[in-house]
Amino acid sequence: MSRLSVRNVWKEYPGQVVLERLSLEIASGEFCALVGPSGCGKTTFLRMLLGEESPTRGTIELDGKPLVAEPGPDRGVVFQRYSVFPHLTVLQNVIIGREFERSPFLGKLFGAKRRAAEEEAEEVLNEVGLSAHRAKYPAELSGGMQQRLAISQALIRKPKVLLLDEPFGALDAGTKSQMYELLLRLWAEYKMSIFMVTHDLKEGFTLATRVLAFDKVRIDPQAPGAYGATVTYNLPLEDKIAAMAVA
Amino acid sequence: MRRIINLRPGRGGIVLWGALPFLMAAIAYAVASSTRLAANPNDKLLPHFESFVAAIARLALNPDPRTGDYLMWVDTLASLERLGLGLAVSTALALVLGVAVGLIPYIRAGLSPIIGVISMIPPMAVLPVLFIVFGLDELSKVVLIVFGVAPFLVRDLAIKVGDMPREQLIKAQTLGASTWQIVVRVVLPQMLPRLIDAVRLSLGPAWLFLISAEAIAATEGLGYRIFLVRRYMAMDVILPYVAWITLLAFLSDAGLRWINARFFPWLQAGKGQS
Repeated sequence: MSRLSVRNVWKEYPGQVVLERLSLEIASGEFCALVGPSGCGKTTFLRMLLGEESPTRGTIELDGKPLVAEPGPDRGVVFQRYSVFPHLTVLQNVIIGREFERSPFLGKLFGAKRRAAEEEAEEVLNEVGLSAHRAKYPAELSGGMQQRLAISQALIRKPKVLLLDEPFGALDAGTKSQMYELLLRLWAEYKMSIFMVTHDLKEGFTLATRVLAFDKVRIDPQAPGAYGATVTYNLPLEDKIAAMAVA
Repeated sequence: MRRIINLRPGRGGIVLWGALPFLMAAIAYAVASSTRLAANPNDKLLPHFESFVAAIARLALNPDPRTGDYLMWVDTLASLERLGLGLAVSTALALVLGVAVGLIPYIRAGLSPIIGVISMIPPMAVLPVLFIVFGLDELSKVVLIVFGVAPFLVRDLAIKVGDMPREQLIKAQTLGASTWQIVVRVVLPQMLPRLIDAVRLSLGPAWLFLISAEAIAATEGLGYRIFLVRRYMAMDVILPYVAWITLLAFLSDAGLRWINARFFPWLQAGKGQS
């Protein structure tokens, strides 16, 4: 379960309001696309969900509990770049989540425990089609493969919420459509909520069950920072939600 | 005619062009040396190559008549011990302080101003203080190297830790890593090769501080020997010693570079292609 409630959230920096009057109720298992022009606070909102930043006012609750103000294993993340560890091979990048969980002091597993984690990682890598590359370092992978690795790395901790910050922004069109198909398959399989920041409207409507458009409704030409952006459109894509309910 | 920026030497050409300056320096020395020796056979300033061989044979292959030691090896061992100890302590300090300052905001707030100030103190200016506080034997020489090298290493590593992509640290946290786990699995493995590179750069200063300290107060060591025989203008000893020190420094640099290539294969990953 991963129901998200956002109640009257504001994010202000000195001399600038980034987000204002943000209130949302998102049901468990939805795929939300956050769209809008540059600098309208969609990434800031994602960072608040991640726990990297906290709201200036208002509350964000996950399943009725206030969000912990630092990143944690219940929320996975994939950034546009630098999401994987360059000094670890593909397989090591995936099992590191389990190693953090099960080896508090060394952060490294040995023997039977390691083999179990590796088997689990192999399964995830199979799903994203990376098992042939398990011994490679990220620098030897293409952009699309790196993003698939970043996703499988996040999946091994089975997060309730997966946060994606323009994950396909740097990929070519062909790779993108493969990634769409993969992401939708994983979303259905792992039954997690997904929040994805994208500047590509078409991408948002292709993937999501709900599109949240961020924009400024009030603009003061004399003081551009006086008012923040908010969700101007909250569009549930009904037929997809219905399809999800059937499945 | 193609532009000169597009003309490249071949494999043999690189060796030839690289060897040329060494060859020219050797020839220039030989010519200058024989000119002076022709004018005055007792000239000490530019001794003949044979004098070098004789001096090295005397110092390295025959025991000293007074002490019975093989002086060059005793000197080398003493200097390398001080240098190794000084660099080891500096590296350890850099690992602990550099990672802590770079990663933990409270430690950065508390320590980075004082590290910044300490790194600006000229180490040679406090050498008398070190001699008074730590005595004239080994400790003060090691402390001088640490004092001269560690602040640079600490600051360099702290900056490199601070420059790590924010995304990596966030990602590790979303995988459930504690601060300690982030240090041992994410930060340290990526910082070790950077630290080794920084140590390579500080080999020069480390030798500088070592030889300065040995020149002032020591009973053996490469720097001590050079400054001792300077009194007799014994260029036949000084120049081979300088060449020997240069060779040692060059080899340690090459050794550290080899360690980076051997133990951190991911540094080179993906660079061969495209």
